[in-house]
Amino acid sequence: MSTTSITTTETPARPALPVHEGSLGSRIASGMATPGGAVFVLVGVLLVAIMVSNPNFTDPGALIRFAGRTAPIAIAAMGQYYVIVSGEFDLSMGAVIAAQVVLAGNFIGQDEGRIIPGLLLMLAVGALIGIVNGLVTTLLKVPSFIVTLGMMLALSGLVRYITGGAASGNPVDAFRDIGRGGIEDVPVVDIIPFPLIILAVVAVLSVWLMRRPFGRTLIAAGDNPQSMHYSGAPLWSYKTRAFVLSSLSATVAGILLVGYAGVHPSVGAGYEFTAITAVVLGGVVLGGGRGWVLSAAAGAFALELLFTLLTSLGVTSTWRDTVQGLIIIAAVALSARAWQVGRRPRRTTSSDPSPSTDNTATPSPNQPSTGATTGDN
Amino acid sequence: MKARLSTVTSTTIVYGVLLVAVVAGAILTAVNGRNFFSVGNIDNILTTTSILGFIAIGQTLVVLGGSLDLSVPFVVSLSSVVGGGIMAGQSGNIGLAVVVTLALAMVVGLANGLIVTFLRVHGFIATLGTGLVISGYLASNYKGSHGSAPLDFRLLDATRIGPVPMSTLIMLGCAGVAVLMLRRTRLGHHLYAVGGNAEVARLSGLRTSVPLIAAHVICSALAAVAGLLLLARLSVGNPTIGSQGGYDLMSIAAVVLGGTLLAGGKGNITGTLAGVAIFAVIDNVMGVMQVNPFLRDVVRGVVIVVAVAVYARRELDTRPPRFERPTGLDAALQEAR
Repeated sequence: MSTTSITTTETPARPALPVHEGSLGSRIASGMATPGGAVFVLVGVLLVAIMVSNPNFTDPGALIRFAGRTAPIAIAAMGQYYVIVSGEFDLSMGAVIAAQVVLAGNFIGQDEGRIIPGLLLMLAVGALIGIVNGLVTTLLKVPSFIVTLGMMLALSGLVRYITGGAASGNPVDAFRDIGRGGIEDVPVVDIIPFPLIILAVVAVLSVWLMRRPFGRTLIAAGDNPQSMHYSGAPLWSYKTRAFVLSSLSATVAGILLVGYAGVHPSVGAGYEFTAITAVVLGGVVLGGGRGWVLSAAAGAFALELLFTLLTSLGVTSTWRDTVQGLIIIAAVALSARAWQVGRRPRRTTSSDPSPSTDNTATPSPNQPSTGATTGDN
Repeated sequence: MKARLSTVTSTTIVYGVLLVAVVAGAILTAVNGRNFFSVGNIDNILTTTSILGFIAIGQTLVVLGGSLDLSVPFVVSLSSVVGGGIMAGQSGNIGLAVVVTLALAMVVGLANGLIVTFLRVHGFIATLGTGLVISGYLASNYKGSHGSAPLDFRLLDATRIGPVPMSTLIMLGCAGVAVLMLRRTRLGHHLYAVGGNAEVARLSGLRTSVPLIAAHVICSALAAVAGLLLLARLSVGNPTIGSQGGYDLMSIAAVVLGGTLLAGGKGNITGTLAGVAIFAVIDNVMGVMQVNPFLRDVVRGVVIVVAVAVYARRELDTRPPRFERPTGLDAALQEAR
């Protein structure tokens, strides 16, 4: 080895990569340009539109009550997010909510002493449903669409069989207060609903979880399951945990909904599609690998704000479905383009000159070594 | 060789499951002191089969192309009320009503196909969206049943040729045409290619949008036929008849039960027909045994998952490693990015 070659390898002293690219403002701006960020802008725009059309909404108390009512949907959407970002579907969410609501009504009843055991039992049942969904999807290799569809049919059939399809006794009021109560006599906003507090806790936990190796691996598993499989990650375990989180979120949503809606087997009907719509509206890509967990919650808020806006504009409630359908198609069509723009160009790189002789002399520190650059196949 | 073996076994398993269902059904019916193979019972099974059969044939085409159609129940309801409205009890209007209804459904299918192919929205969301649009229209404009079918049109459902209902024969005819389309025409082969791997199909010089749009149009048209059949059966149009039947998810379940991969590119119509028949047999047996209607859903859910688990293992194990694909919708959904 001559001294020159030693110097060439030493001279490109690897510049320390900056932790962040650009200033905080520019990073926020570029984040807002992605579909996951744009939904927050959408929430803001809708909020202003509602306040203009309905002055009652400018009252902080009304706003916070609205947020409390939306909390169950936002929590369900965050649960659905884990499953969708890992590349699967959870259609059993609505049936899980119905099952938990009925379970709460029957197990807790009018006995305040059974609230804590009841909550534990509901969470255990939720986790069990998630484990079954996850293991059948991953180990028996049944598409999650079918597994959760089967779970939905089975659970909702069971619930209607047990209740006879009619409303049954509500659980004790102390339990229902989790859903409809709040911290009273707060200065500005009058009341802080418990659902909002639970939503905040769930949101913080979700952000923390998605920053941990679990969250990173889950997104990677949704983006490219094959490569995650090759890199040795136990995909079945990660995806199963995603299903468990989804069912647990549905359980929490069910606990909150008991307060609002009481015990009826049709509570939670259609929640799976609402949650998927909210997640997709939040810019999370169906098929996995892209999206932010808080965007899913923001998607739920955007959806509810939209309905509220339509109501305050005097649109008949029967047309809500139509507007919802048009909105989700438009949102997904736009975000499909937006993610495409944000991606690194794929085809052009493969037509670039592959590592030739003059490149080998000065290997760039952030390029893969020769032989690994065979395009994107 | 291995690949051929797997395709043979896949369809064979479906018919094996159907055979098991029929035998178990016959035994259970006999235990209840009834004859499973009586003309009345067979007729009942075939009648149940025909509605879901039409929808499932169309759904198979869409799933083969790597998409989904969740808008079918609303197309069924729409064609039921529109057809009933135009007929208004007059025999002379039947032709016009059928043509208008089919054309309307094909416009919906065209919209689905264009949204999926040109706007690059995944079929799940695109058809969920168009379904919601139609459902909003139906809920706003139709309160309760609407229109009525003339006697001539009601005969469509009531006529029997031997023990076989006319509707089942039409359904089998449609299935035959669809099978020919898939096996013999360019469109069918292209549909398999696009569903298997849209990118490879595109690089091979196919217009990837054409087969998928055609599949969506045919699917909606067949859903409209199912809606007209329901109109003939009930003699009035009903704006919620489709969503009551849960035809979106049940047809997808029947397609997957028939051995078609949800990711697309692999499967056939004959398997789907067996899947529909399995549902019909199970429903019939539970009806004979007087199982609680709510518990029937539980049995259906378990049967779907267990049956698909049987094929899913089989097909993944025998596929040559080169063509190994991730399970579930992942492969099809790669497109949606």
